[in-house]
Amino acid sequence: MPELAFADVDELRDALARHAYLADRGLATAIYLSLSLGKPLLLEGEAGVGKTEVAKVLAELLDRRLIRLQCYEGIDASQALYEWNYARQLIAVRAMDATDAEQRVEDLFGPEFLVERPLLAAIRAGDEAVLLVDELDRADDEFEAFLLEILSEFAVTIPEIGRVDALSPPAVIVTSNRTRELHDALKRRCLYHWIDHPDLDREVEIVRARAPHVGAALARDVAQAVARLRDLDLAKRPGVAETIDWANALAFLGAERLDGVLAVDTLGSVVKDHEDQGLVAARLAEVVGEDG
Amino acid sequence: MADPTAPLVAFGRDLRARGLPVGTGRILTFIRAVASLGLGDRDSLYWAGRVSLVASRADLDAYDAAFGDWYRSLGAGPSELSIQLDLPAEPRSIEWSRDADDMKVEVGHTAGSWRAAADDEEPEPGEESSIRIVASAVEVLRRKSFAELTEDERHRVARMIHDLTVRAPVERTRRTRPSSKGSTFDLRRTLRRSLRTQGEPFDRSFRVRRSRIRPLVLILDISGSMAPYSRALLQFGYAAMAAGRRVEVFCFGTRLTRVTRTLRTKDPDRAMHEVARLVADWEGGTRIGESLKTLLDGWSQRAALRGAVVVLCSDGLERGDPALLRAQMARLRRLAHRVVWANPLKGSPRYEPLARGMAAALPSVDVFLSGHNLESLETLAAALGA
Repeated sequence: MPELAFADVDELRDALARHAYLADRGLATAIYLSLSLGKPLLLEGEAGVGKTEVAKVLAELLDRRLIRLQCYEGIDASQALYEWNYARQLIAVRAMDATDAEQRVEDLFGPEFLVERPLLAAIRAGDEAVLLVDELDRADDEFEAFLLEILSEFAVTIPEIGRVDALSPPAVIVTSNRTRELHDALKRRCLYHWIDHPDLDREVEIVRARAPHVGAALARDVAQAVARLRDLDLAKRPGVAETIDWANALAFLGAERLDGVLAVDTLGSVVKDHEDQGLVAARLAEVVGEDG
Repeated sequence: MADPTAPLVAFGRDLRARGLPVGTGRILTFIRAVASLGLGDRDSLYWAGRVSLVASRADLDAYDAAFGDWYRSLGAGPSELSIQLDLPAEPRSIEWSRDADDMKVEVGHTAGSWRAAADDEEPEPGEESSIRIVASAVEVLRRKSFAELTEDERHRVARMIHDLTVRAPVERTRRTRPSSKGSTFDLRRTLRRSLRTQGEPFDRSFRVRRSRIRPLVLILDISGSMAPYSRALLQFGYAAMAAGRRVEVFCFGTRLTRVTRTLRTKDPDRAMHEVARLVADWEGGTRIGESLKTLLDGWSQRAALRGAVVVLCSDGLERGDPALLRAQMARLRRLAHRVVWANPLKGSPRYEPLARGMAAALPSVDVFLSGHNLESLETLAAALGA
């Protein structure tokens, strides 16, 4: 087990809080265990609950490099692991004398022609890094299987260069928005935590921590309104990120409390779906708590 | 207490008994997690178990219930547990080999369907996205409405549906494969080949987008009069799944149930039986709009819906709010590649889609057909290819 900078879960939680990330007991335990057991942590939850942020704060906290692999449809090994710099190779080939072919290949596939992608970078950095595999659900099954292999071994063999090994594996955070169920084999490799929307008090604290210039009263108004929005039957429920955006927008306009007029003007920073906006507009008084 | 890990293992096994996918690997992680946290208070145990034994939001409630029971069964509290639980850190290699073995089984089990789904089936331009059903059916049975089948005939039709060859439509993916011509230059291969010609790239390579089979999603109304038709379509889904296609199957009456996993067994009769057991409101009322909303909202199945061919089988006699149905159908239409509505009532020559629900849904339906007998299933297949 790797040496840990934190004696227990509470210490980790405090440290996170000092970096303006307020984690509840469950999340802090999950992170603590992920670090101490050396297992990747799979975070799921609705958009905007701070999944990606966990990795960023963790990197800051541990004073490690954050290596981010953003997944997308069609991502494959050459975009995630490594690639050769073909343009450079082509030029090098043209510049070479006609020596024997074998020698040339060896020259061409040396480290100076290797383009490092996030996964290779993470393997090389080992425990100097926090690897964030973001939105894995966007990639396809095949990539997931490939990633599983990497996460199991933390080693990769590049035929032309040799084996690259991580002496001690990096901390790994995997996030998913659950647009697709991840495969069991991958889940089995990871610890799992579902991040829920925070309760009202915590959300107020989060807004205050993340946007210090927002007044206490405004922060509470906004958090309350967002909590009511989440109870409405929206297609896209606002996340914590939207709460912070909204509070920021209102503070920028000089607001000290939230009211119906301001809410209409700034609704776009919290409700981002046309049909949802219609629904909210109709019940705005209720949302901002003006109907008594 | 002889073995301090015994209650932890017992808890894992209890979860497994309650239907959570808890393997030995997970239990091992759980024990290590408890050892690592050291403390034996309720919260630590709760979270240690939750992050290591649960792998899906859907299982959280079951976990909470099981944890409550288990924790009470510990009686005085687990303090004596934790003190003795000073396990040595496990050597990585051992854990891996253990996990790896048990993983191989799992991956091997599903790899077939994965690969089948991503198969590069190069379609001829003309037959792209055509579902062909080749049936060797007795003519009479083909035309007979599913509702009028005797028990014996139903079995025979079920077998016929199983003999269907289902070909699903394909979509182009963002992934590419090498090709001798195409739009994107393949530097990697070009360079490799240029080595044969002293570095002159005479022989150029390209890449083209790969294609894969579109997922098929069946949403089946199992209320009242619809049951016989939906059973037939369930067989259809089972056949497609057995052929290694990406298939998701949902049943609804008053509420939605996903039955995909249940269908994934070898024995069709048992699968049908299991589905019947699983679906609580088999032959109850109909709330299409609400059921669709559950499907579109919650489930992680949105990706399965995206770009999919969706076949909805219902008589459209909605008990809920038609406006809700209209909105949900519109959402479905935006996500899916093609929405097919099979309405057995349409099999009757005098039928007109006057039911409020049906009228609300129709604007979002690509293909509207009957699906009341085997022959019409073939029509359905043809319609998907259009």
